[in-house]
Amino acid sequence: MVTLLIILGKVLVGFGGLLLLAAYMTWMERRVFALVQVRVGPNRVGPSGLLQPIADGIKLMFKETIIPAQADKVIYVLAPAVTLIPALAAFAVVPFGDSVTVLGQKVDLVLADVNVGILYIFAMAGIGVYGIVLGSWASNSKYPLIGGLRSAAQLISYELSLGMSLLGVVMISGTLSLKGIVEGQAGMPYIVLQPLGFLLFVICMLAETNRAPFDLPEAESELTGGFHTEYSSMHFAVYSIAEYCSMITLSAVGATFFLGGWRGPLLPPVLWFLIKVLAFMFFFMWLRASTPRLRYDQLMGFGWKVLLPLSIVNVILTAAAVVFIG
Amino acid sequence: MVGVANVSRIEQQSTLHGTEELVINMGPQHPSTHGVLRVILKLDGETVNDLDCDIGYLHRGTEKIGENINYTMFIPYTDRLDYIAAPSNNLAWVTAVEKFFDWEIPMRAQYIRSMVGELSRIASHLLWLATHALDIGAMTVFLWCFREREMVLDLFETAFGGRLTVNAFRLGGLHEDVPDKFLQLTQEFADIFPSRVDDYETLLTNNRIWLQRTRDVGIISAEDAMDLGLTGPIIRGSGVKWDLRRAKPYAAYPYLDFVVPIGENGDIYDRYLVRIEELRQSIYIIQQCLEQLPGGPVSCKTPRTIKPPEGEIYHSIENPKGEFGFYIVSDGTTTPYRVRIRPPSFINLGGLKKLCVGQLVADVVAIIGSIDIVLGECDR
Repeated sequence: MVTLLIILGKVLVGFGGLLLLAAYMTWMERRVFALVQVRVGPNRVGPSGLLQPIADGIKLMFKETIIPAQADKVIYVLAPAVTLIPALAAFAVVPFGDSVTVLGQKVDLVLADVNVGILYIFAMAGIGVYGIVLGSWASNSKYPLIGGLRSAAQLISYELSLGMSLLGVVMISGTLSLKGIVEGQAGMPYIVLQPLGFLLFVICMLAETNRAPFDLPEAESELTGGFHTEYSSMHFAVYSIAEYCSMITLSAVGATFFLGGWRGPLLPPVLWFLIKVLAFMFFFMWLRASTPRLRYDQLMGFGWKVLLPLSIVNVILTAAAVVFIG
Repeated sequence: MVGVANVSRIEQQSTLHGTEELVINMGPQHPSTHGVLRVILKLDGETVNDLDCDIGYLHRGTEKIGENINYTMFIPYTDRLDYIAAPSNNLAWVTAVEKFFDWEIPMRAQYIRSMVGELSRIASHLLWLATHALDIGAMTVFLWCFREREMVLDLFETAFGGRLTVNAFRLGGLHEDVPDKFLQLTQEFADIFPSRVDDYETLLTNNRIWLQRTRDVGIISAEDAMDLGLTGPIIRGSGVKWDLRRAKPYAAYPYLDFVVPIGENGDIYDRYLVRIEELRQSIYIIQQCLEQLPGGPVSCKTPRTIKPPEGEIYHSIENPKGEFGFYIVSDGTTTPYRVRIRPPSFINLGGLKKLCVGQLVADVVAIIGSIDIVLGECDR
């Protein structure tokens, strides 16, 4: 009974926290943008505009859902959920703190310690693409179609490099479990051993989450809204929540693989984890505020001709180092 | 990279696999067509095979209006042509009408006209830079440019009362002298603005993504540009030193020192550099105007009713977007017999097809941005 309660509690705290964080990332993004762009940003709803995400949520809920006449209605409605669910589920294997003792039981602060954790995350990220492609296809409209095709091509090409960039860490730690990887960084974080891997990961992470300068699937200036041009109301909101969730998940993966996860001096582990994730998120926003957008062919060329060879080189070097040095 | 050379290969493939071109309608409500421009694109994948422009959504019959009202009454209508740089349009109209007469326009008025004309060039180029950068995905430049454009609009408000459609000049000079506060604020603006241009450049000029997006994209040779009648920063970006402020000086430009910047390759990046340099030159001109500004009256003695002699006249000036001209036929009455506007946006837009075919969709928005059109003047 207690075990069940604890699992339920973890699920609620984990996913609830993730969704809340995702909502507040919209607020943070707007404030960071405002900071870069020499303006104020949302500051009217609640202290420092902190209730703005809630106001936005309520507003979007009351908006009319518009389904285009020629759309495939079932898939059109389901597609945002197909993006959101994997984005949430991927977070399940990320350890966000050390073990704590609740009601006399030792509880690991991870929703599910899967021994193939990182493979599970990639599987989930792979499914997330379907939501975008299905949504764009079901809209039965030209701009979303181009956006959907772009994102399919982009995500496939960058997922490969993303996986390769993490392979180095997996080889050093000798485990696919994220908990095991955090344990392996007791001495020093893997960013010291894998600087190239970290760099590649950060770049691929941007492309994987459709963020600037790789935000082509939703390139507003060319494709009006890209894959979500036809979406409105909560369907639209679900897409953007999913985007922020996958940003947070990948930030958490980055923090776990390269920055030592929840490890850190003085402050409690959960707080350290949050700080590292937020640092990644700030980087996301900072970059979006300051860079132009790449063109489609340049993006594909960069992925296949630069990132993939580099990540393979990184894997080979790491393998050699692991074999010869130990 | 898919270039023009590859188009025929793709055509072969598409006949093999039975694929067809995607006809896509960009505009008139598209975020990057800068107004109500409609572009019909024929795409093969993301490559533009053909395109067609559809204009006229903002047609208001300005030329016809001009034929029904007197010469002074038409000045506010010119505000609404290139509404980004309204004083420049006023200047074109008043200098065109003044060409019918041999009035001696006071030097103070000429200097203020040049100064306000340059301010409107800054306002126009800032809006261009803001939206052009936004089209290519750089959001921060947009807000930084608007911050300074706001200052220029404040200056217009101080001097003439209006912000966007200012109705700045009158036949024979100005309506009244500008307040001292305007000169003082303009001086302040001229002092800080060069450093702000540096700020924009730090974000873009050497940015690798910006270079990738703009270099060798949308190239037009000097010959093609001249054949198409392109003017303004586009033709200067292709390396032709053609600026009406130098070629056919008006207002106080004969007495002012400035450089006409030109590019080499005629690509988007060169047009960008030309306009950035024009921003600096405009500030340099404004500073000279402030230093040399003579005293005295701001308007010459003009008759109560303006009745130009029978005849016709064409007069054009260098607007921020290119050669902006008026062709006026007078029948000796108080209203013109015919008013014809030469809008730079309309004629520069004629080069769009030449610039875009063979490029990618993403380049189309970049190219439209680099032409710098305003539909108010294009559709008239």
